[in-house]
Amino acid sequence: MLSFIATALFSGALYLLLTAGSGSILRFWSSQELFVAALVALAVGFASRNYFSRNRQRAVLNPLRWLRGIAYVLGPFFLEMAKANIDVACRVITGRIRPGIVRVKSGMKTDMGTLLLANSITLTPGTLTVGIDEESNDLFVHMINVPEGLEARESIEARELFGLFDCPARVRRIAE
Amino acid sequence: MILNILIWTALAIGLFFNTLGIVGILRFPDVYTRLHADTKATTFGSIFTSLAVILYAAATYFQTLDGQYATLALHAAVAVVVLAITNATAAHAIARAAHRRGHKPVQAVVDRLEEHNQP
Amino acid sequence: MNCWMFTASAMAALMLLAMVRMVKGPTSADRLVALDAVNTLVVASMIVLGAAFKQVVFVDVAIVYALLSYVGALFIAKYLGGEL
Repeated sequence: MLSFIATALFSGALYLLLTAGSGSILRFWSSQELFVAALVALAVGFASRNYFSRNRQRAVLNPLRWLRGIAYVLGPFFLEMAKANIDVACRVITGRIRPGIVRVKSGMKTDMGTLLLANSITLTPGTLTVGIDEESNDLFVHMINVPEGLEARESIEARELFGLFDCPARVRRIAE
Repeated sequence: MILNILIWTALAIGLFFNTLGIVGILRFPDVYTRLHADTKATTFGSIFTSLAVILYAAATYFQTLDGQYATLALHAAVAVVVLAITNATAAHAIARAAHRRGHKPVQAVVDRLEEHNQP
Repeated sequence: MNCWMFTASAMAALMLLAMVRMVKGPTSADRLVALDAVNTLVVASMIVLGAAFKQVVFVDVAIVYALLSYVGALFIAKYLGGEL
């Protein structure tokens, strides 16, 4: 039931976002669109309640987590991404690379946290998630420039991949 | 006037990074390093060109109060979010497929995933 | 020649450059990477063209194209990895 409510709310909100500007109820919507939004929310919520938010159903409904997620994407994540792009730009021009695949301890317990961390790693400095160890949630990360001495270590902490902020701790607060 | 300068700057940054991403695809030696150039540079560049569109549409909406421009800005924002999420996940899938297919990273100093799969 | 049309045509030229890698690419994974880059550029230039022609429909098509090309790339990747 909880997952049905979460899925219906999410799909209804997305439909209303995409049809904003169609009429004058609440300044933005027409009555037909509001009716169809309710129908879409019910249908999608019933059809896909087992896929969206499979475990930890309460966490999806917490609006504080959504706000934290938006703040994380707009703030630290965007700055890390800009830094990563300047780094990649230099490497495209100079062609100086030293690639390798290392093992990174993620420390995440849920699927959602692992997904968010893997996506963050893929879009930030010189790293690209290649694979995952299903049992321990460890990530295998391809680095475009392995620092000297790092290749000898068995595994490294996720914190060491990010230069400016402690992104794994923020991801943990959003998704766990 | 300031708005025009902002739009031009965002478009120039976006085009610059898009160009670097394509040059990286043509220049780098193997599939993983090409994926680096593709995912990061192209996603960042596309975010900036779309940011120019959002700026333009929002400013025109506040000048003319024509609802069409508000819709344009909102939909462009949704498209950017979709683009960022799907690009990162698709890069992950491509890298995993390449490794399962047996492509070794060229000039690699270490490969822990290979050791993990064949102990 | 306004700034939107200039950006869109520059991105079209970049797509042609990416096609060089798609034709040349030594392995099929390289071709898939080039296809992914072309898809991203198509979505970005559709958004820019939506501003150039003042048509919201272009941006709607861009959203749907981004989602569908993602599913396509995912299935080609599954096929290349031998999981299909």
